Amino acid sequence: MNEIMRRMLFLPEQGSAYAAEVDKLHYFVITITMISAFGVAAAALLLFIRYRRKSDTQTTERVEPRAVHEILFIGVPLGFFLLWFAIGFPLFVKLHTPPKDAMDVYVQGKKWMWKFAYPGGPNGVDVLRVPAGRPVRLLITSRDVIHSFFVPDFRLKQDAVPGRYSETWFTALAPGRHQVFCAEYCGIGHSAMLAEIISMDPAEYDTWIAETRRNPTTVAAQDTPEDRLDPRTSLPEQGRRLSAEYGCFKCHTVDGTRHIGPTWLDLYRKTEKLKDGKTVLADEAYLTESMMDPAAKLVAGYQNVMPTFQGRIPAPEIAAIVEFIKSLRTDTVRPEPSKGPVYVPVPGFDPTSAR
Amino acid sequence: MQSEGYVAHHFPNLAQQEHAARLGMWLFLTTEILLFTGLFTAYAVYRFLFPEAFAEASHLLSAPLGTVNTVVLITSSLTVALAYHFARHGAGRTAGLLLLATLAFAAAFLVIKGFEWTHDIHEGLLPGRYFIYPEFHAVGGPMFFTLYFLMTGLHGIHVVIGMAVLAVIAVQCFRGAYDHGYTTPVELGGMYWHLVDLVWIFLYPLLYLI
Amino acid sequence: MSQSLASTPPPPGELVPAYNTRNYLNAESGILSWLLTRDHKRIGIMYLVATTVSFFLGGVFAMLIRIELLTPGPTIMSAMTYNRMFTLHGVVMIFLFMIPAIPGAFGNFFIPIMVGAKDVAFPKLNLLSFYLYLLGAAIALYGMIHGGADTGWTFYTPYSTTTVTKVVPILLGAFVLGFSSILTGLNFIVTAHTLRAPGLTWMRMPLFVWSIYATSIIQILATPVLGITLLLVAVEHAFGFGVFDPARGGDPILFQHLFWFYSHPAVYIMVLPGMAVISEVIQTAARQTIFGYRAVAFSSLGIAFVGFFTWGHHLFTSGQSTLDAGIFGVLSMFVGIFTAIKVFNWTATLYKGAVKFTTPFAYVCGFLFFLVFGGLTGIALATVSLDVHWQDTYFIVAHFHFIMVGGTIMAWLAGLHYWWPKLFGRTYSDAWGLVSATFIILGFNATFIPQFLLGNYGMPRRYYSYPERFWALNVASTAGASLLAFGFLIILVYLLISLKHGRLSGPNPWNSRGYEWETLSPPPVENFLENPVFRRAPHDYTADGSGGASGDGPEVKHAV
Repeated sequence: MNEIMRRMLFLPEQGSAYAAEVDKLHYFVITITMISAFGVAAAALLLFIRYRRKSDTQTTERVEPRAVHEILFIGVPLGFFLLWFAIGFPLFVKLHTPPKDAMDVYVQGKKWMWKFAYPGGPNGVDVLRVPAGRPVRLLITSRDVIHSFFVPDFRLKQDAVPGRYSETWFTALAPGRHQVFCAEYCGIGHSAMLAEIISMDPAEYDTWIAETRRNPTTVAAQDTPEDRLDPRTSLPEQGRRLSAEYGCFKCHTVDGTRHIGPTWLDLYRKTEKLKDGKTVLADEAYLTESMMDPAAKLVAGYQNVMPTFQGRIPAPEIAAIVEFIKSLRTDTVRPEPSKGPVYVPVPGFDPTSAR
Repeated sequence: MQSEGYVAHHFPNLAQQEHAARLGMWLFLTTEILLFTGLFTAYAVYRFLFPEAFAEASHLLSAPLGTVNTVVLITSSLTVALAYHFARHGAGRTAGLLLLATLAFAAAFLVIKGFEWTHDIHEGLLPGRYFIYPEFHAVGGPMFFTLYFLMTGLHGIHVVIGMAVLAVIAVQCFRGAYDHGYTTPVELGGMYWHLVDLVWIFLYPLLYLI
Repeated sequence: MSQSLASTPPPPGELVPAYNTRNYLNAESGILSWLLTRDHKRIGIMYLVATTVSFFLGGVFAMLIRIELLTPGPTIMSAMTYNRMFTLHGVVMIFLFMIPAIPGAFGNFFIPIMVGAKDVAFPKLNLLSFYLYLLGAAIALYGMIHGGADTGWTFYTPYSTTTVTKVVPILLGAFVLGFSSILTGLNFIVTAHTLRAPGLTWMRMPLFVWSIYATSIIQILATPVLGITLLLVAVEHAFGFGVFDPARGGDPILFQHLFWFYSHPAVYIMVLPGMAVISEVIQTAARQTIFGYRAVAFSSLGIAFVGFFTWGHHLFTSGQSTLDAGIFGVLSMFVGIFTAIKVFNWTATLYKGAVKFTTPFAYVCGFLFFLVFGGLTGIALATVSLDVHWQDTYFIVAHFHFIMVGGTIMAWLAGLHYWWPKLFGRTYSDAWGLVSATFIILGFNATFIPQFLLGNYGMPRRYYSYPERFWALNVASTAGASLLAFGFLIILVYLLISLKHGRLSGPNPWNSRGYEWETLSPPPVENFLENPVFRRAPHDYTADGSGGASGDGPEVKHAV
């Protein structure tokens, strides 16, 4: 049944874990839509046939509705609409709540390409490799205008808005290739802003990413020279460099000592006590907010002295700094800087000709 | 009363015509308020995003000049109201003189506003990317001045339009056009002027005080 | 109760002329008598001509787009040209055609007649708003000739503020057109309030007037917000003040909120007039008073009201919080109810009627099907989780074309064919009317049903080139569009012919009991020969005059 409906409606394959659930609601809604549209048109035609005009001045008996008619006219459709909403909204919440164990990938839209960055490296352009069966969280932003990350096979779409991060997630069901479109109009190259998600067998994926990180190679990034984010270094590494540049270390330490501001060591996912007595979980959202608007949620025991960085740090650099903070864990922190550029060409994949 | 001559062919009587004119004017004023609402919304959003910057930036404006301007504009509303009062009682000349007073207040408002703008431009308190005031680095500052110039600019345009309308009505007053019981244009012009005043009454605290 | 008449019936023995020789068309002559006229009927005719020209202009853009999409790669134009084409198609169709078409032409012509007035409340303002329309159109045309914009009609920032194309004149044109629309709406509201003839209570007011009244409320409340928003984009594009620029602390999503605060209600500005026409046509076609007058009248106001609280459903995928999405989603469900009420009441109006299948009725049937299908797909889109897949795909494109083309244009055609004899005193060939209606309804389905499927398949909108798997459906859509275009050309031909050679229609060719048919065809300059007094509800087809629409007739019979 699912297969017949899917083909009849020209829906693409159900590549993600929630796609089948979305489609089920789709079938329900579209079936009712078609029945109602044909029903109303057929009713009009049948009433015409039954009550054809006999003479041009024929008079008719006045028909006035009873309350029950209007209640039915309102109640029946409203019942259906609310039912759809009651099914659709929890599903939407699910689509927007990544599982805790999801792996992160940063996605950056840019005229006219998609750039992907794994927190531990490597970075890529227009091809995203993910392990099948494991949830993947996408943190999406844009460098220039609004784009929209659209994967029909996954029933997934999220706008990439400059200056902010939005998140979504998916679990690819099986190994395979899935096309990515840009769905928000972005200029001359809009329809060529394609990318591909390659979902791999988890074991193969693990081998691939380990290989890639071990053998540093350059990747031909299609990028402008002013791009300060060097795609050849891992995000935390870039974050470390950027934090130094922006002077974060004047107030924040990375070794656990208290300074003008709280230390960054083990800060990620720590529950901070705020000045106003509330507590806050130091997740990506809080870390980003604290850079943008430091006074909004001030940690107890510290002065409101930090300047705002709103508009001063481009979004991808914020991501790098957040990733750097996330990498500062007691059990992983090492005295020496982590290893440099990491990326290997994937066999059979040339990023410069990915389309 | 020779008011019958003022009734257009499609109205049964003057009262109905005046009712229509008044209703139309109220609807038009609604649209004017909604025009400013777009800017007020933007102000609210950005004030929420950059509260400190907006508070700090508003102190760079001259509150005394803003206050003087508020007084000037409120006084001009009084003279307009008086003009309508006298026009309705057949004293068209007095009404005309009061409208001239209103125009003088409006001009004073624009002159003071002009001084303020010159000062702001001179200091580099300019919108968006033109903002070059040296001692101000918070991000919302340029945004505050973007909104400041857009809001006071749009209001200024309304002041000029209002002045043009009132000038025409003043001339008509001196010609004795409203001495015979038909004073709708004075009333409508006055309503428009009150709106211009009302918008400023919202702009003044938002931009200068808080 | 007398048999009816709105105006005084002609004295016995005097024949009603088949063609009123002293009418608004020939009362004055010369081009200036048209350009400086304050007669709402002449202004209505000028709107009809101007919006029809715009419609054909927008149609040419549409056909060029469809031809370009015949092949997956470049077909007849470059990507830049294509991007301009779909922007201009949208801008012309929405701002120059859909918004003013029915209120500007039929609203202007018939609202004063239907309320028994000699003109709208402010005739000079009415002429001014027509000239503002022309001015806005001229500014927009200037922009089009000098390069056009490539932003899409939605003007999303920051693309629209950074594009190198001529977006400023298009924005200013839309701004001026907005003012034209505001003044028209203002005029109609004041007319309905102050110029109703004796006997015309609110509950007897023709449903056409009710619906246009609701439209006018939206025009007045929403259009200024669009005006200021478009001005901000223009200022930002010209000077870079940074209001919507994230690099300067601005928020591009704020633009989307402000834009859709107007543009979602604007959907109802476009479709409510269509509903207005259908309510009139269906009563005449069925010779039956509307089933549930109050429900239909008040649902227009309901749409106008709730329509203001649903704009957020355009932003489900833009990073809005799930709570906002939920609120806007549920509110969108309620706006659908008002349309459902209308649809059921229209259909029920045919019950125990005396229905005649004419060209206007053919369009009514098309309208009912398209509106239900398009409307329910709209509800489907508001079902938040489904929107994630459909947002910004051809599904959306097909959905709003079902409402706009399938709804409003069907109603516009129904109105055009229904009122043509009143406008010009002559009739067209009903056979040709039915032929073209067949072409249009079939062509419309063939154009847009493939687009629904394309959207399901995953083809995003505004794509210049596309993967080959979308090819077949695109070809089907283009083929349908050519049928549609052919249908419109047939209409143009036979209507123009009828102007000169059409049979004289007489004042009431449909034997309708709508108020506007009480006067002569074409109407005299002051609409009625004597000041009308309304003694019955409109569309009372009972033998004894008991069919007061609001139930204020002597006796009311209930349905089973």
